[in-house]
Amino acid sequence: MRMPQRGPDRGRIAIIGLPSLWLTVFFLVPFVIILRMSLSDPASAQPPYRPLLDWSQGWAGIRLFIEGLDLENYATILTDPLYASAFLTSVRIAATGTLLTLLAGYPIALAMARASRRWQPFLIALIFLPFWTSFLIRVYAWIAILEQDGLLNQVLLAAGLVSAPLMLLNTEIAVQIGIVYTYLPFMVLPIYAALEKQDGSLVEAAQDLGSTPARAFWQVTLPLSLPGVLGGCILVFIPVMGEFIIPDLLGGSDMLMVGRLVWTEFFSNRDWPMASTIAVMLLAILALPIVIGQRRAGVGSMKP
Amino acid sequence: MKRGLTRFNVTSLVLGMAFLYLPILILVIYSFNASRLVTVWGGFSTHWYRGLLSNGPLMQSAWISLQLGIVSATLATIIGAALALALTRLGPFRGRGLLAFLGFAPLVMPEIITGLSLLLLFIVIGLDRGFWTVAIAHVTFTSCFVAVIVQSRLVSFDRSLEEAAVDLGATPAAAFRLVTIPIVLPAIAAGWMLAFTLSLDDLVIASFTSGPGATTLPMRIYSQVRLGVTPEINAISTLLIAIVTVTVLAITITLKRENSTG
Repeated sequence: MRMPQRGPDRGRIAIIGLPSLWLTVFFLVPFVIILRMSLSDPASAQPPYRPLLDWSQGWAGIRLFIEGLDLENYATILTDPLYASAFLTSVRIAATGTLLTLLAGYPIALAMARASRRWQPFLIALIFLPFWTSFLIRVYAWIAILEQDGLLNQVLLAAGLVSAPLMLLNTEIAVQIGIVYTYLPFMVLPIYAALEKQDGSLVEAAQDLGSTPARAFWQVTLPLSLPGVLGGCILVFIPVMGEFIIPDLLGGSDMLMVGRLVWTEFFSNRDWPMASTIAVMLLAILALPIVIGQRRAGVGSMKP
Repeated sequence: MKRGLTRFNVTSLVLGMAFLYLPILILVIYSFNASRLVTVWGGFSTHWYRGLLSNGPLMQSAWISLQLGIVSATLATIIGAALALALTRLGPFRGRGLLAFLGFAPLVMPEIITGLSLLLLFIVIGLDRGFWTVAIAHVTFTSCFVAVIVQSRLVSFDRSLEEAAVDLGATPAAAFRLVTIPIVLPAIAAGWMLAFTLSLDDLVIASFTSGPGATTLPMRIYSQVRLGVTPEINAISTLLIAIVTVTVLAITITLKRENSTG
């Protein structure tokens, strides 16, 4: 689809040029810089890394600069158990969290798709409203609930379900609750979109041919919704891998995830090259899901 | 999809909504707690709200965040709308695939990577960190959200309206100005509001790209949250939730009107 006649060339150049230029300078170029930083070494100077490019020396300066770059940080990450375990922990928590979000989100999406047309916009708005509310505040809200003397323990004790307060805050359970809570809309909406499009007569046909409702679900509804499931899982898994706020506020001090490691290396240790290396490694892990995500849920196919 | 809810469907919806809304509700209720202990109810009071007004640093941060939201949302709307137009209305051009990717990646990129990489850029080009560096960072990721909203509007409206205008003698530029722009305007307004709330909410990217004198509200809240739960934070959170809820209602109404006129 295109305009019957193209608009004036100057307008066309501006419309393509403005976002291209902005995203190149402020999104693409920074990745080149982060890549270069990951090959540097930390230094106790200002700025706190080596080597620096010295233009005044001409070619000799450039050669010195290139000779100063090395893969040392990558070797450290691959051999130091601290970093390896942070990556493994992140993958495990992100994968578990994605699965839990799927288990919580699918029934909600199914119910939304089966609701009457009049109710659907209202239900979508209800699912999405918390997403607009500050992420930080939503995670913070769980601290008061999960604390040792928090509301959940008060309820459990009063109901006689436990005899002593449970240790919930600063555990992986708290982190998983935080993940499901904050990322639920990202899972529900793509699945809902896939279910909504389905032709209801397919399930009816299956049932007319003698299928039980449960069997019709497993053999017709679920397989047809798998693209939505994949889209939702990608939209949850990618940001959770780099999550900082949830492990920081709900996970306790020894919950080491990649996002938190980047933060600590940068702000506490002032090791910019190591922070960059971890970020590059994280990006390498996420590259494939991001590309698949763009193919499936690229700009335009995802409606607000 | 077949309509009609089973008991299982109703249960899923009720439990899902309770899970989503109870924590927020509890937070709001305890912002009116007279007791300083966050988990013990000590009677109704607006004490903590009055305390906010006299909290100088917090008010200053709120002011910075407000300005930041307005400036970055406005720029992001211009860039995001251009991005949406480029990807839906201009046919094929060189680098379209790359631009589509650059328009999608910031949506899912972990904030920690976006923040760190932008900070390193600012240091390399020697830009002093402060209000404007955070604004640039916010424009970069929020413009892609604006593009999603505007683009979904552009692909869903009837192209024959534009074609009819041209057939009736309008130049493509006039058809664009008189037909396309009015139709996408509600989506542009909704995009602005989304960019504004995203900017108002952001902690991680602002923490990396901010400098002295530009502490945003989420940064201020975060530094207090780290010290524990307090009723003041509940009060400021409640105010933020109220602002966002009103904004979202405005967007919903705007988009609804768009649907009925489109």
